[in-house]
Amino acid sequence: MGDTLDVWLWRGGEDGAYRRYEVPQRQSQTVLDVVTYVQRHLDPTLAYRFACRVGMCGSCAMTVNGRPRWTCRTHVSKVSDGGKLEIGPLANLPVIKDLTTDMTRFFEKWVEADGRFVPSATRHDPLPRISPESDARVEADAAIECINCGICFAACDTVRWNEDYLGPAALNRAWTLVNDERDAGNTSRLEAVAAKGGCHACHTHQSCEQHCPKALNPTASIAGLKRRTMKAFIRGEIK
Amino acid sequence: MNVRLFVWQRITAAIMAPLVLGHLAVIFYATTNGLSAAEILGRTRGSVGWALFYGVFVFAASVHGAIGVRQIAAEWGRVRGTALDLLMFLFGGLLFLLGLRAVVAVVLP
Repeated sequence: MGDTLDVWLWRGGEDGAYRRYEVPQRQSQTVLDVVTYVQRHLDPTLAYRFACRVGMCGSCAMTVNGRPRWTCRTHVSKVSDGGKLEIGPLANLPVIKDLTTDMTRFFEKWVEADGRFVPSATRHDPLPRISPESDARVEADAAIECINCGICFAACDTVRWNEDYLGPAALNRAWTLVNDERDAGNTSRLEAVAAKGGCHACHTHQSCEQHCPKALNPTASIAGLKRRTMKAFIRGEIK
Repeated sequence: MNVRLFVWQRITAAIMAPLVLGHLAVIFYATTNGLSAAEILGRTRGSVGWALFYGVFVFAASVHGAIGVRQIAAEWGRVRGTALDLLMFLFGGLLFLLGLRAVVAVVLP
């Protein structure tokens, strides 16, 4: 382990550039530690986003040496290239300043994919009993731990070349709701994810699965949506 | 790509899968006795079976290929809206006509 890290941080907006900083190298140092060091000791004008620091909130995703990663749980020793770190904002999203991106588009896709729960009962009805072993619950469980970090969105080739595409996270969310036995919104949800830019735009490159810090597999969720929407279309349940 | 196009592409793929195997088998069979125009035409001319086999093949390939080209034009060529659908129908129509012409040429007595 050397004494210092050769750190290149993106500074400015879309037309910004990488700027070099020297940061002391420490044991068990995360990429977020490095960025925080720069802001606290070298340049207080550096803009970046974080909250929980323990991999729960999904705020701190950045591009680290060319790959989208959650910086609070990424150890420098695992990703630095001979002591060199290049840290930029997430791809496929507009840059606000430095390492922060405007995630409006990412969250708008969740709305477009009908990613909200539609209740089928009132608070006066008894709670439904859902077996943890039921097929639908197992499918939902596999996809439910998403922290909305936007890493899959930044990693996705289809997002890059198709602005209509809903993206892996929104479709993964839709899949959890499709498998929620309490939900009553599936007809409009399946229509939303079966339209132009929906699940059928996915090319199964599996970058989302490769990069997801929670080890989820949005590609599998999207494949599930493809099967479910195809059945619904053939049965005439959706247009 | 929407679910309608996806279903058409998957169904035509399912139709073509056995037809491709059949086509490959015919290629191997046809070359065993020396490949000649007379031999091929002797097999296909007047045959309703071969007309149906390759007629269906041409139709499925036209639909399948046209949807694929539409997708490539949208993603790589940034073609949008009516132009995109027009391109799909023109390309599919052209493939179908060319294919049908070839089928007619070998099955008509």
